[in-house]
Amino acid sequence: MTMASVKTFFDDIETLKRELIRCMKCGNCMSVCPIYNIEKKEASVARGKIALGEAVLKDEINIDDETLVKLIFNCLVCKSCMMACPSGVRFDRIILGLRSAIVKKKGLPFVKKALFGLLKNPEFFDKGMKAFAAMQGLFLKSEGDKKRKPKGFLKAINPRLDEKFIVPELSKESFRDKVNEIIEAKEPQCSAIFFTGCSVNYLYPQVGDDLIYVLQRNNITVITPKSQNCCGMPVMVHGDIETAIELAKRNIDTFEKSNAQYIITVCGSCGSALKHEYPIILEGTDYEERAKKWSGKVYDISSFLLKVIKFEKPKGKVELKVTYHDSCHLKKSMKVFNEPRQLIKMIPGIKLIEMKKPDACCGSGGSYHLTHSDTALKISKSKVDDIKTTEADAVCTGCPACMMELFEGLHRFGGNCNVIHTVNLLAQSYRAENQS
Amino acid sequence: MIDKTFIEKCRNIFGRDNVLTDKAELIAYSYDATPGIPRETPGVVVFPENTKQIQELIFLARQTKTPIYPRGAGTSLSGGPVPLSKGVVISFQKMNKVIEIDPDNLTATVQPGVIIADLNVAVSKHGLLYPPDPGSMATATVGGSVAENSGGLRGLKYGVTKHYIMGMEVVMPTGEVFRFGGKTVKNVTAYDFTHLFVGSEGTLGIITEIICKLIPAPKYRKAMIAFFNKLEEAGKTVTDIVRNHVIPATLEIMDKVTIQTVENYAKVGLPTDVEALLLIEVDGMGQDSVLWEAEKCVEIIKQNNGSYKIAETDSERDSLWAARRAALPALAQVKPSTVLEDATVPRTKLVEMLIAIQNIAKKYNLMIGTFGHAGDGNLHPTILVDPTDKDEMERLHKAVDEIFEIALSLGGTLSGEHGIGVAKIKYLKNEIGRSGVDTMRRIKQALDPDNILNPGKLVPMED
Ligand SMILES: Cc1cc2nc3c(=O)[nH]c(=O)nc-3n(C[C@H](O)[C@H](O)[C@H](O)COP(=O)(O)OP(=O)(O)OC[C@H]3O[C@@H](n4cnc5c(N)ncnc54)[C@H](O)[C@@H]3O)c2cc1C
Ligand code: SF4
Ligand code: SF4
Repeated sequence: MTMASVKTFFDDIETLKRELIRCMKCGNCMSVCPIYNIEKKEASVARGKIALGEAVLKDEINIDDETLVKLIFNCLVCKSCMMACPSGVRFDRIILGLRSAIVKKKGLPFVKKALFGLLKNPEFFDKGMKAFAAMQGLFLKSEGDKKRKPKGFLKAINPRLDEKFIVPELSKESFRDKVNEIIEAKEPQCSAIFFTGCSVNYLYPQVGDDLIYVLQRNNITVITPKSQNCCGMPVMVHGDIETAIELAKRNIDTFEKSNAQYIITVCGSCGSALKHEYPIILEGTDYEERAKKWSGKVYDISSFLLKVIKFEKPKGKVELKVTYHDSCHLKKSMKVFNEPRQLIKMIPGIKLIEMKKPDACCGSGGSYHLTHSDTALKISKSKVDDIKTTEADAVCTGCPACMMELFEGLHRFGGNCNVIHTVNLLAQSYRAENQS
Repeated sequence: MIDKTFIEKCRNIFGRDNVLTDKAELIAYSYDATPGIPRETPGVVVFPENTKQIQELIFLARQTKTPIYPRGAGTSLSGGPVPLSKGVVISFQKMNKVIEIDPDNLTATVQPGVIIADLNVAVSKHGLLYPPDPGSMATATVGGSVAENSGGLRGLKYGVTKHYIMGMEVVMPTGEVFRFGGKTVKNVTAYDFTHLFVGSEGTLGIITEIICKLIPAPKYRKAMIAFFNKLEEAGKTVTDIVRNHVIPATLEIMDKVTIQTVENYAKVGLPTDVEALLLIEVDGMGQDSVLWEAEKCVEIIKQNNGSYKIAETDSERDSLWAARRAALPALAQVKPSTVLEDATVPRTKLVEMLIAIQNIAKKYNLMIGTFGHAGDGNLHPTILVDPTDKDEMERLHKAVDEIFEIALSLGGTLSGEHGIGVAKIKYLKNEIGRSGVDTMRRIKQALDPDNILNPGKLVPMED
């Protein structure tokens, strides 16, 4: 892998100082942090982690202190704290900067071991499988597009994750393998790249299918480049900025091969990576300007339909009681929360029942549910309880990573409720219209 | 002090999961929300779940002369929960149950770690309200706010925390458990201990249970915002409203610097050429009386040459309040650090105080935005500084000294609601004098002979 030669924000934790200093320790973040809400320890929340960052810069504690490493990784990067912060502290920068500093000093395998060493309970293994599948960019060496093998460190964590291990869902055809790279509309309103993200590609191809269907109904030319890869968010949240930069550059190269006008995402994390993180991690490189250019073209599907194009209203009836879960990255980073609700309400027959705290994190947060399963399970349970109280038939969301976590949670804590993506509902309505 | 045996005993008392000892975990208990005060890392942090555990800890601490620092949410603005001499931090975050709501006696009995906003959610189901509402109510605990005697935005009409505490259970620094007060409206048995422990800043006893007074939640309200070209006119509006026997629930002021900063940051549509704005909200049980009060306020605003906007709907009300809510966030954006003071003067001296603050800002070349609870004479001069700028920090300290001096000279007080803690301990004598300080020392020594409870706060033990 080629290393980034130009300095980025993440190269030097000294640059975090100006961000750390903005925190006035008011504690507002405590009221919204899903982890703090469960654990009630100061180091669980942004304010405490900022204090740790300050202590590191003052040489009061080492960045590779074992407990410190665990605490810095005890964060979902859900950005809820940033929404409540009166000082506008960019905590996402701080946490990723600290993580990347740890990785730089000790190497990724050290971090993995420190984190996944927490993974003692075999009960979570099954849950782990699913997450591994989704985050294959992190765990699996890419060896061409078809063959993927676990990275060596996995074996140290769990003997079953050895060279022979293949993620089940991966063995089948991925979404990008089966879909035509370009699907032309007859009289196109415009053309758009579909950035699938890993979860749709490997786990929820149905979301991909429905997205294509919805875009076709609206006369959009859809380009699904085979050479796109993981958005980089999963590696980035683990502090592996080098790899994130590499992935970002490759994706931008891919976008530039097409002359599409827009990029559409169906995943809050992918969307916020392309829109907000790329320009930052590529700062100072010759990709910076290009990242900024593409950033302006990225839309979540719901805002694309409602704000960018002339949108064909869904007319087919879907008799369903639905509740909507706000993906953290979709709402708190992309600021998309009205549009999906508008779309859902447009569909005849659907009743939208809001749950108590629709924007409370589901507890997924990359591999958080693996590395900190005790807390993650409690977060998940409280989410599931809120969903169950609505007595909805289905919980709808705009992010496949949340879908996974909600599915797992509902299964574990017993809820008679399906998990679907907003585009699934739209496609269902369009299809119902065809039939009637 | 704190050695292996001590920690082992803590683990026996509280259980392994409720004792923190790793340095990285402890660093996160070295601060509260007060800028510019020393930080110190505690030796151990414990999470009690019941009174008995606290009692056992006190016995242990007395034997070993280990200081104890109670901590609610650590949002104090005077340094209260900071463990200045290391020692033990008791975090009340896991002692957070609403024990009982008694709608007929209008009381709620809670553990100290209950978050103020959560208490209000719980009592709202009965149509009731616990009025004290500090700006930090979404995180601050009932215990912490009782210990600080916190105020809030509703102070003018509804009073502050001390008006809503009817009784407590306290673990004394000598280890006895002591209950006083209760659910009765009237109680003159013994000294008025409630008022001794409210505002005691964790120096006299550890509060383990609190009986709060509730009131029926007001059914109607009306909000308005008024703009003035002269500070004097805003000030006169405040006193005229009260003189006309209207007591608004909220009567807030923002000065020019604050208005401009808010508009610049939040774009809520404020005129940036005015000297001051007032946010006024009247509330009550009867629609007619609320409307009458609102009309009276409008009349007074007009008499004082103010212009105004009145909220007709809930969303209009929200947009008026948005300006006030944005005050602190907006000011905090301007410079890396924000020093929020709370010097308080009699209502009639409000304008004098505001002008004095403006002069101090000029004199020391500092940016100061002032907003606050005008009806209470409680101002929050908010000084914006860069801690890495040594010269500016020096000017800051001089400015703060002068603000206190002026507040006292106008018959006011050092602190209207944030408390003394460590931040203002050196000014204490200026307000209450030698005899006051001596009295405080005698009370402290009588109740806490070993000086183990929150030492170094509120009571200056040496000159
Ligand atoms: C953004 C912001 C806005 C604020 N707005 C206001 C406001 O409008 N009005 C106002 O008055 N204050 C305000 N404050 C100050 C602060 O929030 C209040 O003083 C609050 O009540 C403190 O509660 P806490 O739970 O955080 O207590 P802490 O800060 O943890 O502790 C405060 C003091 O209480 C003691 N203590 C805590 N629990 C106990 C216990 N169980 N027994 C004995 N002693 C105990 C501590 O030792 C300490 O001395 C604000 C602070 C911030 C950061
Ligand atoms: S990003 Fe989320 S989990 Fe992390 S500190 Fe902020 S609120 Fe807590
Ligand atoms: S809300 Fe922001 S300023 Fe306040 S403590 Fe949290 S990170 Fe710091």
